[in-house]
Amino acid sequence: MRTSLSIRNLIIGILFCLGTNPAQAEKIIAALSNTRVEISSEYTGSSITVFGTIERDAQTVPRVGPYNLVVTVRGPRQTMTVRERQRLGFIWLNRDQQKFQLMPAFLSVLSSHPLEEITSDALRLKFRIGMDAIATAQDINQFQNPNQENLFRTALLRLKKQENLYHQSTQGVTFLSPSLFSAPVILPATAPTGIYDVEVALFVDNTLLDRHYSNFELIKTGFQQEVGDMSKDYPLYYGLATALAALFFGWLANILFRRD
Amino acid sequence: MQIYLPIAEMPVDVLFVLGMSAIVGFISGMFGIGGGFLMTPLLIFIGIPPAIAVASQTAQIVASSTTSSITAFHRQSIDFKLGSVLVAGGFIGSILGIFMFAAARRAGQLDLVIVVSYVLLFLIVGSLMLRESIKDLWFKYSGRPRQLSTASHHASYLGWPLRMRFPRSKLYCSVIPVVGLAFFIGFIGALLGVGGGFILVPALLYLFRVPTSVVVGTSQFQIVCTSLVALILHALTNQAVDIILALLLIIGGVFGAQIGARIAKHLKAEMFRLLLALLLLAVGIQFAFDLFVPPKEPFSISASERLP
Repeated sequence: MRTSLSIRNLIIGILFCLGTNPAQAEKIIAALSNTRVEISSEYTGSSITVFGTIERDAQTVPRVGPYNLVVTVRGPRQTMTVRERQRLGFIWLNRDQQKFQLMPAFLSVLSSHPLEEITSDALRLKFRIGMDAIATAQDINQFQNPNQENLFRTALLRLKKQENLYHQSTQGVTFLSPSLFSAPVILPATAPTGIYDVEVALFVDNTLLDRHYSNFELIKTGFQQEVGDMSKDYPLYYGLATALAALFFGWLANILFRRD
Repeated sequence: MQIYLPIAEMPVDVLFVLGMSAIVGFISGMFGIGGGFLMTPLLIFIGIPPAIAVASQTAQIVASSTTSSITAFHRQSIDFKLGSVLVAGGFIGSILGIFMFAAARRAGQLDLVIVVSYVLLFLIVGSLMLRESIKDLWFKYSGRPRQLSTASHHASYLGWPLRMRFPRSKLYCSVIPVVGLAFFIGFIGALLGVGGGFILVPALLYLFRVPTSVVVGTSQFQIVCTSLVALILHALTNQAVDIILALLLIIGGVFGAQIGARIAKHLKAEMFRLLLALLLLAVGIQFAFDLFVPPKEPFSISASERLP
């Protein structure tokens, strides 16, 4: 089962390479509106725009199909455990679980068309295009029952979408001219700090022509950063400082509201 | 007005959190309890990660119990000897509670541990208190004085070995049940982010027959010490104390508690205990629903520490 699958992947890969070799001519040139998003005390989320153009050298024959772009933004990786509450006697408690390793804490997949129209299932899986493909490729815990595995993956994506941390839009990439594009990425306030990888993939007629990688950083600044660093680097002093603040306010309240 | 919480890594509405802590402070001031048992679930409900809710709430407990301890100290209503024995037991309980917290989180059963503990505690303590207060009311309205058990009606556990005299509390008993009670309260306090006043007060009153005038002060003294240790341990082991959230909770709680305490003066003691018992039962039943009713969303995600 496993070997046949990998052979299939290999064949697909070879076919793919053959298919793309003459297509080196198209190139993505992209940039981000910001390479550093700062979190201050007033931070309530942010947005960043991926923009760029598709360049074609003069010798290349123009392609028939339109350009299709998929912009994938991945936040810092985490190991996520999805648990299901099941009935045990009279109570409902977490029983089955499934681990997903190296899942991005934030994921935004923006495209100019529905992903099914852009490329085939197999290639989406291979190049990790789209939310389902990313979640499928990442999991390592093998369940005996594939239906159950699928259940947990669906639940993971559903919950993350509810938290606005995962997002997929087939109208996320806008072409301003046949080759000029822009894609706004919305970062909710709950998106965690860290490095965010941005991948822009160009497809024409179901084939991947080029990929462009860049990244930006979401960091706490000023007071937010100092508090965060202090709590990690000097947890004892941080704890003592909080304790002193609490004692001080307790004492202050007593002075302010003394009734006798 | 939104403010970003540096440790919880999410923004909250300042006025909303202040208002919420003022309401909880009001209830806690009225009943002379910490209010942690109401605040922690509310914080989890608005999206604060449970570990951070529990840990930051601990700072609020330190502040509110400091205020009442100072007041009690001025009124000389703290039994320092009994308090110290309670503190010693509470320390050990707190340390084990913190470890239990971390272990349950790793096993993915933290929610279950918290919910089951809440249900058991509130239903047991609530119904015991309800029984007592109904008896109180019954005797009051039937016009007969209630026979409270006196020193002659000592429960057997008070006669265990290692006896100690606590003159301020008019108590001469074995330290084993006292330390045991303190241990238990320190343990669940650290585990659930509650001060434990709602258990300690009735336990000292009904199980040890400590005079009412000493009970509240002594329990507040014990709670200051235990919650201080829990706060520092939470900062050290889980790095989960959000100082901004803690300050918001403290400020809102202080004002609410003052108003609550003023209103409590006009409440009759029996009525007061009846209301507190009903409040505990209501919270317990609310949590029980969560445990017994089929969940709308059976799935949940927990993310491990971020990878480097």
